[in-house]
Amino acid sequence: MQVTESIEEVRTSVRVAGEPYLDLPKDLYIPPEALEVFLEAFEGPLDLLLYLIKKQNLDILNIPILKVTQQYMAYIELMSQLKLELAAEYLLMAAVLAEIKSRLLLPRQISLEEGEEEDPRAELMRRLQEYAQMKKAAEALDELPRLERNIFSPSVDVADMELQKAEAEVTLPELVSALQRVLKRAEQISHHVITKEPLSVRDRMSDIMAKLKPLEMARFESFFHLKEGRAGVVVTFLAILELSKAELLDILQEAPFSALSICSRENLGAV
Amino acid sequence: MNEFKEIEYSTETLKKIIESLLFSSDSPLSTKQLQAIFPELERPAKSAIETAIQQLSLDYQASSLELHQVASGWRFQVQSEMSLWVARLFAKKPPKYSRALLETLAIIAYQQPVTRGDIEDIRGVSVSSHMIQTLLEREWIKSVGHKEVPGRPALYSTTKVFLDYFNLSSIEDMPPLQELQNLAIEGELEI
Repeated sequence: MQVTESIEEVRTSVRVAGEPYLDLPKDLYIPPEALEVFLEAFEGPLDLLLYLIKKQNLDILNIPILKVTQQYMAYIELMSQLKLELAAEYLLMAAVLAEIKSRLLLPRQISLEEGEEEDPRAELMRRLQEYAQMKKAAEALDELPRLERNIFSPSVDVADMELQKAEAEVTLPELVSALQRVLKRAEQISHHVITKEPLSVRDRMSDIMAKLKPLEMARFESFFHLKEGRAGVVVTFLAILELSKAELLDILQEAPFSALSICSRENLGAV
Repeated sequence: MNEFKEIEYSTETLKKIIESLLFSSDSPLSTKQLQAIFPELERPAKSAIETAIQQLSLDYQASSLELHQVASGWRFQVQSEMSLWVARLFAKKPPKYSRALLETLAIIAYQQPVTRGDIEDIRGVSVSSHMIQTLLEREWIKSVGHKEVPGRPALYSTTKVFLDYFNLSSIEDMPPLQELQNLAIEGELEI
């Protein structure tokens, strides 16, 4: 690791919060065997960085970039040694750290303009804070009482109950079209009623026979009642044909195109 | 309406009806849902239902159950002191959620509506489709629209089911976020 080589050079000039910082912290080293266990548990580079900062009791707002970068690189090294799938995000963070470090190493530009020069670490710190906040929030969320774990909602078994079938919602258009269907059907049924009940061919046959007086010819048209409409006409016509077929009456025409007459055959025979 | 005789339910009857409904229902029922169960002409006023719920809640104080209001309505639940015993009854361990899932859920809950990109920015890692899918399937989050930026990514928000599950009646009941410390960097650390 190239990073460690630079420690000797910089240790004398390291200052923490204004105080010279001469000794390297003792607890920085973590044996690789121990790391292996939780390396996979990190939720990404920010999580790893947060861990490193916490581990060293460092201020999130005042990250010693060199130290953190060294640690971070050590982890990355270890991860590749262990052949863990190294996500691109981890490498990107390594590059970000290296960039910040190099910018910190450069002499600060003395700007004559107003406004302070932005700390190269600012963006990283903002992200770390934001992530730390959400990490805390996730932990708090996990602590919340929740169903299946802390909350149990009792219920009674209604599976055997004879439950009323849900009544389907009916919309107005559906209702109208249902009514239309019923009306249509009623129309069809009422046709049957007209032809069957008041107008029976057999009844009409009896009527005609009763009406025919012996020895008299009756005009064909006189048997038709226009009030009964088309159906009535058909029934009367059928009745006359039936009677004629049964040889109970004759249909007579005195001259071509003249009026038709009907007379009872029985009576004719009697003459 | 006047030609129909309106039926009035006594508070006692209403209490019994509401009690039966809440116990039979798999999910919490809101006052409105309870009201809608009654036939239109017999429908009690919202205030009548609320009074009945209040009294019912008092009735249960001495028992091991309580009437609790969550985001989507009222439900009976075992009093928290007794939940330990119920937990023992169920041999199966309650589901445990990964940190990744909880962090994603926390970001959606506190910063909604957010896109997947917003979540990735905060977490510093890519968010797997599988995880979003899991949250959608559990109905804890829903897509509420699209951000009008290239790619039109979906915007996610948490749902009432999420609040119900975590025993909350509104998103304001979430534990408060820790204050972001002042971003000003005062340290003088120089390398």
